[in-house]
Amino acid sequence: MIKNRTTSNAGSALGSGRSPLINEKSFFARLTDRRSESRGKALIYCSALLMIIAVTAITLFLTLQGLRSFVVDHLNFWTFITGTEWYPDRANNPSFGAFPFIFGSLAVTFLAALIATPIAIGTAIFMAEIAQKWGTKIMQPVIEILVGIPSVVYGLIGLSIVAPFMRQHFGGSGFNLITGAIVVGVMILPTVASIAADSIRAVPDSLRQASYAIGATKWQTIWRVVIPASGSSLITAIVLGMSRAFGEALAVQMVIGNARNLPGSILDPAATLTTIITLSMGHTTTGSVLNDVLWSLGLILLLISYVFIVIVRYLAKRGEVR
Amino acid sequence: MKKKNLLAIGLVFILSLTLVLSGCGNSSSGSSSDASKSESSSSAALSGKLTIGGSTALQPLAAQAAKEFMEKNPDVQIEVQGGGSGTGLSETQAGNFDIGMSDVFAESKSNVDAKALKDYKVAVVGMTAAVNPKVGVKNLSKKDLQDVFTGKVKNWKEVGGKNQKITLVNRPDGSGTRATFDQFALDNKTPAEGITQDSTNTVKKIVADTPGAIGYMALSYFTANDDSVVKLSIDGVEASDANVASGEFPVWAYEHMYTKGEPSKLAKAFLDFMMSDDVQTKDVPAQGYLSVKDMKVERDATGKQTDK
Repeated sequence: MIKNRTTSNAGSALGSGRSPLINEKSFFARLTDRRSESRGKALIYCSALLMIIAVTAITLFLTLQGLRSFVVDHLNFWTFITGTEWYPDRANNPSFGAFPFIFGSLAVTFLAALIATPIAIGTAIFMAEIAQKWGTKIMQPVIEILVGIPSVVYGLIGLSIVAPFMRQHFGGSGFNLITGAIVVGVMILPTVASIAADSIRAVPDSLRQASYAIGATKWQTIWRVVIPASGSSLITAIVLGMSRAFGEALAVQMVIGNARNLPGSILDPAATLTTIITLSMGHTTTGSVLNDVLWSLGLILLLISYVFIVIVRYLAKRGEVR
Repeated sequence: MKKKNLLAIGLVFILSLTLVLSGCGNSSSGSSSDASKSESSSSAALSGKLTIGGSTALQPLAAQAAKEFMEKNPDVQIEVQGGGSGTGLSETQAGNFDIGMSDVFAESKSNVDAKALKDYKVAVVGMTAAVNPKVGVKNLSKKDLQDVFTGKVKNWKEVGGKNQKITLVNRPDGSGTRATFDQFALDNKTPAEGITQDSTNTVKKIVADTPGAIGYMALSYFTANDDSVVKLSIDGVEASDANVASGEFPVWAYEHMYTKGEPSKLAKAFLDFMMSDDVQTKDVPAQGYLSVKDMKVERDATGKQTDK
């Protein structure tokens, strides 16, 4: 859809270029003249085109590489995504079952969302409704700083604080699914909180005034009017946070334990698609089966993130209709 | 208007910086190359650029050797990258690296034509299991070690330690350390599942912090005054450099440098330098490796060990 629009607009730009007024200048002069329309247009179209090319190229490349393990190495797609045994390096009878990693990725994502959502929405309500002045002036910048903290820092904190804490209180090694979910949950908290705060601020004041006018308290207004009114954008905030959690590799890798078998409980070590890719990619040679299946894991990762994006678009659309 | 000025100033700044930097580079390299020519008039001055990449285990040694080589030959520019053994082999075969570093024989990797690559064994690295000190085990028979790693034994008390559950710390698939340990310590048995980490420092931290944990790492990571992890002896043989060199301790591997076919003149000069006494007696031990020259035994790609 976007592509069509670009080309049709580009066509009209060429059309206007033929008008005698602009035609007096040379092509180069039109691009260098600061007041010229074409220079700005050319810049913007180039950026848009580059963006589209980048997205298409990445998708195509990943698809081609990811399909190699099924086309060239003749692995069965179904056993690949449902199998639970991952021994790609075993000399005799190697097996490629990626289900534990798909499960691990989804489990970490949903658990992280479960941990982050209540706190993030609470923070958002505090910032946007209860302490508006303080919230906008101090809380918002603080949260934006939190968004910028590199994930390796979250990973290090998880490795030195969360994992030992889990070990002392729940036994085991401390490297498990829930430790990973806690670290990622804290990581996506600021993202979710700041988007949620924006969507709460976007609720028109007339709704709040109407609610107060019929005698509702502040809490009743927040709970019965503001949250339902910003409902779908709040879910968008959560889904965006989840897609960040889903793609996270480094912080998770440091605390989840990276075990290749299916976890029996949230206190067992697990692995995610991203951690397996980052752990093994450098050790593989281009074109080997292990390298190909890692690309396939990448392809699955991309497809699932597309699903997240489709959900976000759908929710955003539903929000508009209302 | 203001924005445009800022932009212009920024551009001018960047441009001038580039000019100044490139100017500096030219003048310094020019003068020093003159100096080197007068210094080493016997051998023709080497010049050009080398790209070395691959195994992160070998990277520090290669970087150190490259630094010394560049001091001797100022016209030579050597770039040492990481990326992993697989990357090293693939990129060397593709011609993107002049020299590829690998922890494993090229023969052991699929999709690499080992015959097209020329192997230089530049160092030897010994490895052994690292155990959490509270376990109370300092020596295991090879069979017990295999039982521990294959999951047959789940508690340390079954192999003479305290009543403590065993937590395995493995390396990821394809890792050279894992391949070596699996082949020579576990006799190709598949290890049971546990925590998996790539970086040796992380493995060491986890073994040190987690009760009942056992992992494995290169001997250089066990330092004399550090009792955070216990260096495990196998069958009563201490994992020392001397025992690795004599062939009594079985878990060791070569660190390889590969070139595609015959090396270029510059790559050959660097590889000769790697094998020179300068590097082999000074840098190799300093980085925690054994010199290939000290080894009394040797191995082929299948792992068969013979006396030298």
